[in-house]
Amino acid sequence: MTPLAGGIADWVGLAIALPFAGFLVNGLLAFVAPRRRALVGAVGVGSVVAAFLVGVAVFLALLAAHPAEPYVVTLWSWIPAGRLQVDAALQVDQLSVVMLLAVTGVSSLIHVFSLGYMGDDPGYARYFAYLNLFVAFMLVLVLGASFPVLFIGWEGVGLCSYLLIGFWFEEREKADAGLKAFLVNRIGDAGFLIAMFLIFKHLGSLDFQAVFAGAPTALAPGGATVTAIALFLFMGCVGKSAQIPLYVWLPDAMAGPTPVSALIHAATMVTAGVYLVARANVLFAMAPVASAVVAGVGALTALFAATIGLKQWDIKKVLAYSTVSQLGYMFVGVGVGAYAAGIFHLVTHAFFKALLFLGAGSVIHMMHRAYHHTGRHADAQDMRNMGGLAAYMPWTARAMWVATLAIAGIPPLSGFFSKDEILGAAFARGAAQPFYYVVWAFGLAAAFLTAIYMTRLMLYTFHGPNRTGEAERAHLGEAPGVMTWPVVTLAALALVGGALNLPHVGTLEHWLDPVTEASAAFLPALAPAPGVEIALMAAAALIGIGGIWLAFRALHPETLLPPERAPRETGFARLLLEKYRVDEAYRAVIVRPLVWVARNLLWRGLDAGVIDTAGVNGSAAVARGLGWLGSRLQSGQVTSYLVIFVLGAIAVLAALLHPSLSAVYHLWAR
Amino acid sequence: MLLLDLDRGWGLLRAMAPETLLTLWALALLLDAAWHHRDSGAQRRAGWLALAGLALSAAATVWLWASGAAPAGLSTTIALDRFRYAVDLIVLVAAALAVLLSVEYLDREQLRIPEYHALLLLATVGMMLLAGGEDLFVLFLGLELMSVSVYVLAGLDRRSPASAEAALKYFLLGAFASAFLLYGIALLYGATGSTKLQIIARQIGPLGLLTHPMLLAGLALLLIGFGFKIAAVPFHMWTPDVYDGAPTPVTGFMATAVKAAAFAALIRVLLEAFSDVHALWGPVIWWLAAVTMVVGNLVALAQRSVKRMLAYSSIAHAGYLLTALVADSMAGAAAFLFYLLFYTLMTMGAFAILALKGRGGERDVMVDDLAGLGEAHPWLALAMAVCMLSLLGFPGTAGFIGKWYVLVAATGAGYPGLAAILVVTSVISAGYYLPVVMAMYMKPQAHERAHAGVLVPRIAGATLAVMVAALLVFGVWPNRVLDAARAGSHAFIPRAMTAAVTPLPPAGAP
Repeated sequence: MTPLAGGIADWVGLAIALPFAGFLVNGLLAFVAPRRRALVGAVGVGSVVAAFLVGVAVFLALLAAHPAEPYVVTLWSWIPAGRLQVDAALQVDQLSVVMLLAVTGVSSLIHVFSLGYMGDDPGYARYFAYLNLFVAFMLVLVLGASFPVLFIGWEGVGLCSYLLIGFWFEEREKADAGLKAFLVNRIGDAGFLIAMFLIFKHLGSLDFQAVFAGAPTALAPGGATVTAIALFLFMGCVGKSAQIPLYVWLPDAMAGPTPVSALIHAATMVTAGVYLVARANVLFAMAPVASAVVAGVGALTALFAATIGLKQWDIKKVLAYSTVSQLGYMFVGVGVGAYAAGIFHLVTHAFFKALLFLGAGSVIHMMHRAYHHTGRHADAQDMRNMGGLAAYMPWTARAMWVATLAIAGIPPLSGFFSKDEILGAAFARGAAQPFYYVVWAFGLAAAFLTAIYMTRLMLYTFHGPNRTGEAERAHLGEAPGVMTWPVVTLAALALVGGALNLPHVGTLEHWLDPVTEASAAFLPALAPAPGVEIALMAAAALIGIGGIWLAFRALHPETLLPPERAPRETGFARLLLEKYRVDEAYRAVIVRPLVWVARNLLWRGLDAGVIDTAGVNGSAAVARGLGWLGSRLQSGQVTSYLVIFVLGAIAVLAALLHPSLSAVYHLWAR
Repeated sequence: MLLLDLDRGWGLLRAMAPETLLTLWALALLLDAAWHHRDSGAQRRAGWLALAGLALSAAATVWLWASGAAPAGLSTTIALDRFRYAVDLIVLVAAALAVLLSVEYLDREQLRIPEYHALLLLATVGMMLLAGGEDLFVLFLGLELMSVSVYVLAGLDRRSPASAEAALKYFLLGAFASAFLLYGIALLYGATGSTKLQIIARQIGPLGLLTHPMLLAGLALLLIGFGFKIAAVPFHMWTPDVYDGAPTPVTGFMATAVKAAAFAALIRVLLEAFSDVHALWGPVIWWLAAVTMVVGNLVALAQRSVKRMLAYSSIAHAGYLLTALVADSMAGAAAFLFYLLFYTLMTMGAFAILALKGRGGERDVMVDDLAGLGEAHPWLALAMAVCMLSLLGFPGTAGFIGKWYVLVAATGAGYPGLAAILVVTSVISAGYYLPVVMAMYMKPQAHERAHAGVLVPRIAGATLAVMVAALLVFGVWPNRVLDAARAGSHAFIPRAMTAAVTPLPPAGAP
């Protein structure tokens, strides 16, 4: 009997039920009373804040008990099918509670921000309904006690992501962006499903506890089975968490409202892949090859996305590529066995990236309003139209500088500690496998680029002369309080979040020990030797400072021209601006041939040609013809009816009497 | 447990309480109609009185069911089993629906005939005799009582030549079929020395009649006679003309209750008296079912008129019901009862909606005339769509569950070929059910006032709503009705099995 039984932990389902109820109420209001904004807002924010309070209560209970085993709350039997027994069950343990707090906490702040950001939108109630539904599904994802329950949340957040990216579906481009996200994610999800099939085939269960307890004995460490399972799982993560080669949907996903980008496409949903690897740490630790792939893909993505971020002009695109890059870091962390470090970076990233997106949202909101007042049609997200905004939006600018320093890894802000721990763990593993030195070097290079592109974003947006336009300038100003104070709150968290897991104190690391200890036997998290550690920390800090210094030296906001008059980029800069033309390459190599085969062979050839013409229409024509023949017999004449009747009677009589008549015949014949 | 001695008047009277009460009620109603014939509103009052009579009879049926009445000895006149009660209740429900859907219709069509309701009750008495008769003569009596009443009902609209033609055709061909039936009964009596089903069953083996031509000829003639009443191909030729000409609520009644009662009698005769010679009649029913499904569905495809299409659809459904019968098992009888109940609801509903749309017999309503009904009368169109989808056997409706259980019974009894024909012909039936839905929702109204004449009166509207709700509710939650249907099928526990089951000791035994 675990000490959690009978307490608040049994009610952890409330954390899901509350936002879901909010979704139902707001969904109803969207139809019956879309103008009741106050009510919609109260339900939307209230349900998520209540879920956060449930999360805090569960956390306190867990803190008091600190059980070695996860506490599973079984709600009902979901799939009782022979050997496959899946319960709708939730799992309370150290990892799920961290995620529960991070998700509900950040969600609460972003919901509050949305009150202001979406204030004028006609789809206000629909927006909050989707957002509440997202929180409910995200909590199913992090609280689920088995792979199928997690998968429900996994697909559910994908659905909400799709709905919210295409929230302004009247614009073709935005609806298409939603579709792209949905389709690209399907590729990854196919991998996830295959992984589940393999797990069930080899371990006979899909419950986390049974799988992770059974794997070390039932599967050979480093064997083909466990490697395949881990790699297929990672395929799902690559889709959901936007890693190479499936990252292409995330930058397009910025078509949705900016708070959505902050919540779903920066702080929570996209980190689900990292959570999944951390959750299944036993499986990954048993498959060194798969772990190396995770770390390698993460490092490559971190560097690759950071280079694209260098040349983007759209403020949200910069942040989008930055998110892809930071997600790469997290995968490096969980790939080298530093699961706690990966989760640590996930949490701090949630703070500072949510802040950056919300700040960018405030900026876009004010830019939009200014252009709306003067009736000018200019891109409210292009940094070349901004500049000097610090004078108009001082609080937003200050908060965003905090986040910039955090993401650039400047001590003692949160990002410094989480990033340093990941790089340190990668370096330490390099002693045994030199491959990880490459991973470490990639990470360091990406950190350098991160400092440059974030400083570039800040310089172009908030400093130098203003390029918005004479008439518009009068309408610029600080965003309303309901939007500013969530930003400032997040700034405080980004500032001190590093305290969660200081080097050598390792609060979070020890907290997560019960979850990760099973994997430590296969892939222990290594730390560099004390002297080396100091050197690495210094190097990381210098790299960050160097990046910022370089950006200040090389970039000149004073000389920047608005987009209409800007000269065309050339050479490598152009290639970066066009994002290495990966989308175009995918289109040419995958999409076009696929569509061609589908259209010409499958549709026109097989479906329209063979099935429709010969099969469907042909058989329909035959049936119709026979029916017509039958109805010709219906002459209306009673005599003809009688003839048919008698013929039928003869047939029935013959059928019944035939054997006995033949018997009689044989009797005579003898 | 109530033991009734059917050889004595009092016992028999109680065993036949539902039929007796309804007969007396019908006679009283006839008297009332004779006295108040000229009153305006007499027709409506007769309708309400008829409903009360049906409720009374239903109460008596439920009382018999609940009291667990059983015969002391063999039941040689009327059955005291749940199959009878179940069919009785289905028939009573069908009659009540017919009354509810007729009251306003008769006013609208200026058919102020209070006797209509009395005839409906008398036909219902005949059906109940068909459902419970244990003697071939009782069955014949019931059949004739039902048929004569329905002949009159079909010709109710004296101003309409089509109605008169329908009545005459039905009568002529019905008389012809009755002759077959009667001759069959005579031959069976000659072969076995009895007209009582349970005695016939006991005689076949000991007398060595398994291949006796007289018995087989009698059975064949019986099948032909019943085949006519249930409109099985090739004895179905009267159906489209009669269904088409009769007033629409009467058509609905004929397509459901008449068919249900004749089917019930057929099942009782085959499973009680001739279960031992299943090897002989099984193939005949197999072929009748197959041909009925194929012909009914194919010819329905060629119809443009909604009423004729529904007529052929009801022929096709006779084929599905025959499929349940071929199984010669309790599962088959249960599937039959379940399907019969919901077939009654969906067919009655479809005819009732047609009655609301058309005028003067509704013969001229084409499928395309329903275009745009979804826009003009969304609730009515929804009801029609549910009926059509249920007839088609669309998942989520009761029609699907019914078809599913018929399929299970047929495959379970080893008739996969027949099950395959059922599935294929059901697919064909989509070719005439779905165009109705398509016309209502996907085609524009022919002109702005295309549906201006459609008025949904209160009683008919409420009745339809309840029927459609039942189709949907039991389509997703069929268990209670299925249990009742299984209980009803217990009447036909094969004799070999009853012998093996030792009776439980009485509850109070020490």
